[in-house]
Amino acid sequence: MTEAGTNSGAYAPGQHPDLPPPKGSAGAAGWMRGNLFSSPFNTAVTILAAILLYELITSIAGWFVLDAVIDAGSKADCRQAGSGACWAVIKIRINQFTFGFYPADERWRPILAFVLMFAALAPLLFDKTPFRRQMIWFAVAYPFIAGWLIYGGFGLVIVDTQSYGGFMLTLIIGITGIAASLPIGILLALGRQSRLFSIRIICVSLIEFLRGVPLITLLFVASTMLNYFMPPGTSFNLLVRVLIMVTIFASAYIAEVVRGGLQAIPRGQYEAADAMGFTYWKTTRLITLPQALKISIPGIVNTFIALYKDTTLVVIIGLLDPLGIGRAVLADAKWNGLSTETYLFVALFFFFSCFAMSRYSLYLEKRLHTGH
Amino acid sequence: MTGPATLQPAYSWSRIWREEKSRGVVIQIMVVLIFFATIAWLIGNVTANFAALDKTFGFKFLWQLPANYDINQVLIDYNSQYSHLRAALVGLINTFLVAVVGIVLATILGFTVGTLRLSNNWLVARLAYVYIETIRNVPVLLHILLWHGIIINTLPHPRRALNVGDATFLSNRGLYVPCPLFEDGFGWVAIAFAAALIGAILYHRRAHRIQMETGHQVHSVLIGLAIVIGVTLLAFLAAGSPIGFELPALRGFNFQGGINLLPEFVALTWALSIYTSAFIAENVRGGILAVNKGQTEAAQSLGLRPGKVLSLVVLPQALRVIIPPLTSQYLNLTKNSSLAIAIGYMDLVATLGGITLMQTGREIESMMLVMLVYLLISLLISSFMNWYNNRVRLVER
Repeated sequence: MTEAGTNSGAYAPGQHPDLPPPKGSAGAAGWMRGNLFSSPFNTAVTILAAILLYELITSIAGWFVLDAVIDAGSKADCRQAGSGACWAVIKIRINQFTFGFYPADERWRPILAFVLMFAALAPLLFDKTPFRRQMIWFAVAYPFIAGWLIYGGFGLVIVDTQSYGGFMLTLIIGITGIAASLPIGILLALGRQSRLFSIRIICVSLIEFLRGVPLITLLFVASTMLNYFMPPGTSFNLLVRVLIMVTIFASAYIAEVVRGGLQAIPRGQYEAADAMGFTYWKTTRLITLPQALKISIPGIVNTFIALYKDTTLVVIIGLLDPLGIGRAVLADAKWNGLSTETYLFVALFFFFSCFAMSRYSLYLEKRLHTGH
Repeated sequence: MTGPATLQPAYSWSRIWREEKSRGVVIQIMVVLIFFATIAWLIGNVTANFAALDKTFGFKFLWQLPANYDINQVLIDYNSQYSHLRAALVGLINTFLVAVVGIVLATILGFTVGTLRLSNNWLVARLAYVYIETIRNVPVLLHILLWHGIIINTLPHPRRALNVGDATFLSNRGLYVPCPLFEDGFGWVAIAFAAALIGAILYHRRAHRIQMETGHQVHSVLIGLAIVIGVTLLAFLAAGSPIGFELPALRGFNFQGGINLLPEFVALTWALSIYTSAFIAENVRGGILAVNKGQTEAAQSLGLRPGKVLSLVVLPQALRVIIPPLTSQYLNLTKNSSLAIAIGYMDLVATLGGITLMQTGREIESMMLVMLVYLLISLLISSFMNWYNNRVRLVER
């Protein structure tokens, strides 16, 4: 190697061994030079950002962990014990934050339903799950099993829906909404693309109406006036009404995403299916919908994330989701004023679940990317 | 003998279903019938329920005096003796105020973070990424409640308010900013400003035309800016500085004077802005990435400086990709402003859909109006953005 420079004629053309890259252009130093200190301006920005980051991390770590108080009887105790966050308020109410007012003796039921949820989701989310075929039947049966476990009947004590709350309620509304809005949304999208004028116009107006109004107005309709639209004397459960509204609201957004997918399919696909003599439903089921759904998966997952986050709005019509529990806690004179801790705790829960969903969507996008 | 007769298709009802065209008609008739039957059933139920409750349907309650409730932020003349209609209008204006301020803030923040996300400085890009992911994975209602809580619970009392130059104060009563007082002669300044603005625009157009015709670059932006500022300043001085500021000052337990931005308003606008900015940032990033790298390289090889590459080549093309999703973000922000009710900011939902609804018992009418207004706002914003989108669209042969 050292001779190479002095005696260039020693190698046949193309036989010269590879030289190491110039100093400072490879490895950690090279990476830093390229990405952090490429110019004086860049260096200044890096230093500023680093200072900002340091300040942020130290103050956040101090408030969150180092100076935080975990055990205390009231806000005053907390403030005496440390200058950071007062997590005692969460610790004392953690059961309410998780289950609402679900009876303590029956809490194994939602926990079991939660664990079974992963078994039901696994074959749907990952195509390499062992025994996938059998597991999918379990996934189909899961909503009924979970409903039975949580509500009761058939040998289990019936737990009234008014006592549902906390993260459990978020998951109930979110998962029911997600599961029910997908088929309805697909039907609406197909209706919007239909050749039949009256079907198209009904679907378009339904979708545009639902997308044009805020969810909160629909929830108000559900909570205050849905009974007017039912035959006199009927009254049904507030949670069911909310589930219906959340579902149809989300299905309008799903419909738009799926429509985008349907529009992206080349005309040739429809024409080829027609040429094969396929009926409309056969074309849809075998040719267009599978392709459209594949294209629209990222959008669908984004809609699911939005729906999941929107479940928090039920607090405004008086359901006890984590925010509702949080507000109840803050109304307690002992803990009055600890809103930052309470809301940040709930925010963390949402952050982790939504972040996981968006990561999954990225994974799926990569998996389904069958192009070149 | 029987041959020709069998070729003649037998008349039968099933043919209607087998033939595509007639089947379509049958399906449509059925769907329309079901649709109207459902609506008739719903209306029938409402009538029956109303009759049972001795209620009537009508919008006269809007003019009913007095509304009998106060609103904490009024931009037009209002007190509790006015009608429900007036209260709803106050609420609507409050909704608009949050929407407009929120949209402007969210756009600025979103474009900044979106470009930072693409910075070639690794640390900056990562920081922007963390900002986007933390903000957008937390529900917007939580943002609103969190910021409202921070303002109410952790900011100091007015006596120890955060003080910016003795003119702006931030405390748990909200933000107090100086209030401009327009004296006589301010009209002249305004006229001068308008005239200078028109002049600058005309000059800019002329410069553009000259550049288009001859290729000579005429610097018009800086000169135009100088015209506007200079003329306005001259008029301002000539009229004897006809503007004064009323500064907020601490009297007793709270500030007096100046403009008070309520904690509710500040929390709502700020929360909506940062929440939406995270989504806008992702749209901006996607739009910039959608511009072919060859465009940047071509611009660089023509000798354009980095700033010019961005403003003349990349951004105009990226905007075409950015605008459609940007529209839906604006619409989302406007619709999300209805969450104001959670912290007691009196917007349209909190006035017409909240207190008026409760006081008059007109649930259906109030909610119908609220929904109609949001539908109209959605239509307005999307048609404006469509117009703008058509303007910047790629003109192809």
